[in-house]
Amino acid sequence: MTLNRRDFLKLAAAEGATGAAAVTAVTVCASGEVAAQDLRRDPRPMPDGAVGLLYDSTLCIGCRACQVACKRANGMPAEEPERYEAWNGGTWDTPTDLSGDTLTVIQVYQNGTMEVKDREVDGYAFVKRQCMHCTDASCVSVCPVSAMTKDAETGIVSHHPDRCIGCRYCVFACPFGVPRYEFDNPFGQIQKCQLCSNLPDQDIPACADVCPTGATLFGHVDVLEAEAQRRLAANPGDRYRFPRGTLMRADNGGAPVTDRAGHEAPVAHYRDEIYGEEILGSTQCRMLAGVPFDLLGLPEDVPTTSYASITEGIQHTLYRYMVAPMLLLGGLVVFAYRSSRRHRPEDWD
Amino acid sequence: MALQQVAIPVPSHESDEPIGKLDSYEGALGGVTRREFLMYCTGVAAALGLSPALGVRIANATTSAARPPVIWLSGQACTGCTETLLRAHHPTLESLILDQISLDYHETLCSGAGHQAEEFRRRSMEENHGRYLLVIDGAIPTGDTADYCKIAGERFVDSVTRAAEGAGAIIAMGSCSSWGGVPSSSPNPTNARSAQEVLPDHTVVTIPGCPPNPYNFLVTVLHYLTFGELPALDQRNRPRFAYGRLIHENCERRPHFDAGRFAREFGDEGHRQGWCLYYLGCKGPETWANCPAIGFNDIGESAWPVGIGHPCFGCTEQGVGFTKSIHSLATLQTVTPPTAFPRVVEEQGGLGTAAVGVAAGVAGAAVGAAAVLASRLAKHGPPPGEAPPEQASPDDPT
Repeated sequence: MTLNRRDFLKLAAAEGATGAAAVTAVTVCASGEVAAQDLRRDPRPMPDGAVGLLYDSTLCIGCRACQVACKRANGMPAEEPERYEAWNGGTWDTPTDLSGDTLTVIQVYQNGTMEVKDREVDGYAFVKRQCMHCTDASCVSVCPVSAMTKDAETGIVSHHPDRCIGCRYCVFACPFGVPRYEFDNPFGQIQKCQLCSNLPDQDIPACADVCPTGATLFGHVDVLEAEAQRRLAANPGDRYRFPRGTLMRADNGGAPVTDRAGHEAPVAHYRDEIYGEEILGSTQCRMLAGVPFDLLGLPEDVPTTSYASITEGIQHTLYRYMVAPMLLLGGLVVFAYRSSRRHRPEDWD
Repeated sequence: MALQQVAIPVPSHESDEPIGKLDSYEGALGGVTRREFLMYCTGVAAALGLSPALGVRIANATTSAARPPVIWLSGQACTGCTETLLRAHHPTLESLILDQISLDYHETLCSGAGHQAEEFRRRSMEENHGRYLLVIDGAIPTGDTADYCKIAGERFVDSVTRAAEGAGAIIAMGSCSSWGGVPSSSPNPTNARSAQEVLPDHTVVTIPGCPPNPYNFLVTVLHYLTFGELPALDQRNRPRFAYGRLIHENCERRPHFDAGRFAREFGDEGHRQGWCLYYLGCKGPETWANCPAIGFNDIGESAWPVGIGHPCFGCTEQGVGFTKSIHSLATLQTVTPPTAFPRVVEEQGGLGTAAVGVAAGVAGAAVGAAAVLASRLAKHGPPPGEAPPEQASPDDPT
């Protein structure tokens, strides 16, 4: 087959126009707020028995017992320095971020002289990073093989390595940067917090179990939400009875139950917001803090609806009944047929 | 005896200092030998962080003929501070008050009583004006309620003020005189104040604790006797050698804290295993004292509250002891960033020189290859828009 310059240019222009039209159509759908909202599927509801964590940054003392307990419960090794000199910027014995060997980590926000805890200027504040267990999770949505699943009863987002193909879509889809891949392992897996639901020996998440101040509290999401609202409603400085360990819904519908003694402490100055309540279609892990959440590395500039509800809405519209792909394929076939008529063998028809 | 545990060599023959009288000293310390006494002095030097050679100087100071007079005034006190001093073994109390200092007035310990004792105090204060050591234990009621503590018809606040005028140095023994202690706890019905609040124009060395460790007091006194000045003090006038670190820093249970092993109830598995008592309200993380390092009663390690399984309740610390409830959680003082925690965004890696070099090399090779390719295209291909007619396709409509 010979193709002269002019034909080549014509062909290129035609294909370019087709591609541009397709891209434009998708772009218009995706970027137009109205179009995206129209295409959005209904948000997934939170299961009735949804459980999660309430992390209160103002209660956290930075003892990192949760980090140790998490590693012990999940059988994960300590992250060793390559050489013993000012490793991790001088933190020495703690991982700096979530990783394939670290499912939760305590990090610090620091400013100026760092004199006062939970203060934005010249203060510092702790943050506990772990899976937020989104109600409508991006990682579950993007997983092509359903290796990332959301439990229908508890809402816990779990990972099944036997199904995983290692595509790491979940790693890039998560707005909180939670799922991590074991890049240092030739047979690496995805690792993420599963609220210890994967561990038969663990009644409640190890981090909440060990937390001495109740900064990490495990329980039903509605109960934790009510507890967080109570803390926000209290006046700073008031004595408050903070529960420790668990705060579960009572079977008889009465006051929430906890399985161990709480402790009394003054209420801190909270930001008037519960992180996870209104972002991305809500998360099952909630946070309270005394400094803005974006300073704690938690994204605040995110939509209130989940990413999954928009992307799935668009994708499922485009691929509904396979009409759009069939049309596209048909057009390509017709185009190819017409384009090749000059070069057909004589007896082709 | 605890003395023999102080295994620091005594370089007595190497020192330039005279130790003359020490040779006839044997027996004067209630059966303590010369060697034991020198070891004790060296131990004191070690506790102060001084060279062992200075032990001899301390020995000379403590055996000098002019024993410094001490006036000890007790106010709103429980006598616990005196009791703790009675349990010191190096030196024993009798050697302290008979051989090293001249305890001229102490309500619990003086042999005289009534007018006799008061007269002796008055005379001592006159004779030793400007050089006696004033020790105060117990809080001082002030204002309208100052009458609540009177000794020999004199309000305690007045006796303290009067005694302070001629004092060479003032030491507040125990939490009550250091910062108010139990009597100053809310609602503070007697308007109790610390010695420093009553004596704003004087430097009052504070030895807080309920009771304080007797050696913190004795070492401070011996430092004063030896060097004629007080040991280094912190911003609350506490001797740094004793109150320079948090209990949490030297606590023998600290590894359990770091590993997240907390006793959750008295008598539970963790408590029996000797785990960290933070969960039960230990105030070690916000209390400055040397309790875990020095122990109490000379019976070895772990002889202090946390050692026997009870959370520290912060007796030395104003705003903690007798103020916070025993089982409320401590506010950690040692977590202050930046050294111990990863930042919210921790920078990872970075480009090394070698990486930059390799990247630059690759980029240069790519640029070179592109140039060669372009020049070849220019040689073999027609310039754009000037296609020679013989190369045009026959079926080209143009």
